[in-house]
Amino acid sequence: MAGEAGLEITDLAVHYGPVRALRGVRVTVPRGAVVAVLGANGAGKTTLLRAVSGTLRFHRGGVTSGTVSFGGSRLNGSPAAAVARGVVQVPEGRRVFARMTVAENLRAGALGVRDRTKVAEARDRVHSLFPILAERPHQRAGLLSGGEQQMLSIARALMANPSMLLLDEPTLGLAPMMAARIAATIREINEQGTSVLLVEQNAAMALGLASHAYVLEVGEVALSGPAAELAASDEVRRRYLGVGTPETDRPVGIGADAPPEATPRPVRTLPRWTA
Amino acid sequence: MTTFLELLVNGISVGAVYALIALGFVVIFKATEVVNFTHASLLLAGGFLVAKLHPALGFWLALAAGVAGAALVGALIEFLIIRRARVGSHGVLAIVTIGVDILLTTELTREIGTDVLALGDPWRDQVLHLGPIMIAETRVVALGVAAALITAFLLAFKFTGWGVAMRATAEDAETAALMGVRLGRVSLSAWAVAGALAAIAALFLCVFPTPGLDRSTTAAAMKAFPAAILGGLDSTTGALAGGLIVGVTEALMSGYQSQLAFLGRGIGDAAPFLVMIAILLFRPAGIFGTKELARV
Ligand SMILES: Nc1ncnc2c1ncn2[C@@H]1O[C@H](COP(=O)(O)OP(=O)(O)O)[C@@H](O)[C@H]1O
Ligand SMILES: [Mg+2]
Repeated sequence: MAGEAGLEITDLAVHYGPVRALRGVRVTVPRGAVVAVLGANGAGKTTLLRAVSGTLRFHRGGVTSGTVSFGGSRLNGSPAAAVARGVVQVPEGRRVFARMTVAENLRAGALGVRDRTKVAEARDRVHSLFPILAERPHQRAGLLSGGEQQMLSIARALMANPSMLLLDEPTLGLAPMMAARIAATIREINEQGTSVLLVEQNAAMALGLASHAYVLEVGEVALSGPAAELAASDEVRRRYLGVGTPETDRPVGIGADAPPEATPRPVRTLPRWTA
Repeated sequence: MTTFLELLVNGISVGAVYALIALGFVVIFKATEVVNFTHASLLLAGGFLVAKLHPALGFWLALAAGVAGAALVGALIEFLIIRRARVGSHGVLAIVTIGVDILLTTELTREIGTDVLALGDPWRDQVLHLGPIMIAETRVVALGVAAALITAFLLAFKFTGWGVAMRATAEDAETAALMGVRLGRVSLSAWAVAGALAAIAALFLCVFPTPGLDRSTTAAAMKAFPAAILGGLDSTTGALAGGLIVGVTEALMSGYQSQLAFLGRGIGDAAPFLVMIAILLFRPAGIFGTKELARV
């Protein structure tokens, strides 16, 4: 994991009031990389992204220990500051501004950018990545299909010229064709120079895109390693790629530091993970 | 017929002024989801400044000072109280604004005492004759100014970065924050704009044929609440429609009071609230209140 200082999350703990959602989480996204974070529902993936983008307070949560830094200096937990530093999150569930038009949504994405020529450049880039958005600038975002809304949500984030894009389950609820298209676009965005932290339940898709991956379980990193290694590991294949039969034994795997209180957990069946 | 036309024009003109107040109310609600009950005292503060300053500064400067002053009071309320009140629910914040309103109004009415303060406007009690219709010049000016301000406001809301930030925040504050929108600034600007609009409204509520600014001015300002609510609390179009409905109803009910004697005297003052209740019975979200468009 060499390379310039990208996103570095060290020893992160997050609580929502008394509820602990993350503990001792260490995740690194080198500049230029795609890094995946996998995990079942409730594992803490979204919480991790909120801690980076500074939106925990919207959920009455907060970082209780650890640090998040980008480019070698700390992110102070204000969303506007994160955006200004080039760290931009695409929220779970797309969250387009439904009452606004496609063009207005894109404009909203650029609200943190002062330089008009940069905004124009970003718009050109977004329109070439997603031609459908260029075709329908005046359509209400709420009337787009799910896949189109996901495109708009990613496009809106790109309007801020991010150097680090945080994606929260971008293929959730999309048909396989559309999911594949989103995946291809994420690869393209990365090839244009944007680092990506990709949160997914769709492990097959995420491991295909990422160079490195982490598996979160109940708020802790249970596994991590190069994506290819994880994709080949029995544990991940069985539990996250829907290969083999589920068992009730504890996770074992590359770099697994099992949580002390982890008694045998019920096996989560993850029917979607067959993409 | 002439009476009817006069009443109608007067109603529209007063309605446009109510719409100004309601617009500020709606902007605050959209940006912060707070139902702002300090609105009447913001209005009183703006009018009070104009009344006190015009002898020294002249009318126009005093008006500018009143507008700036009310905007500042609005911004201060946001910055010192609303932003810091880390309460869980917007309902609690609304009650906080009632407290602030009582404080401000009490202090201002103490200052005003039993006086009726003139605002020193240049239109005085002149009356325009449009064919058979007679209408106070102040009403014509009110209508023109309110229409211009509302138009400017709606254009800004639709086309400027400020407007986009405002609407994005209204729809989904967390996601707006993810776009780099500073919610504190959005909220502050909403309160300041509301204050400024309230001060302009204060002027037109206190000029001829009203004798001037006195302690009952807040009661007039209160009529903008039903205007905002019946239009739909989160709709700028609704504020406009609500203002006009309330203004016209009030004018007609007062004008035809003698024919409506069976409803009791003073029906004109109660009319806005009656209309509000009637409309809410059929459209609980107000006439233009939003229905969710999102496809999930
Ligand atoms: N606003 C909240 N208040 C309290 N607990 C929360 C809140 N949001 C998430 N959690 C809890 O934090 C844990 C992680 O949730 P989340 O980050 O949403 O997981 P994921 O995105 O992996 O599905 C879960 O146990 C969830 O119940
Ligand atoms: Mg999630």
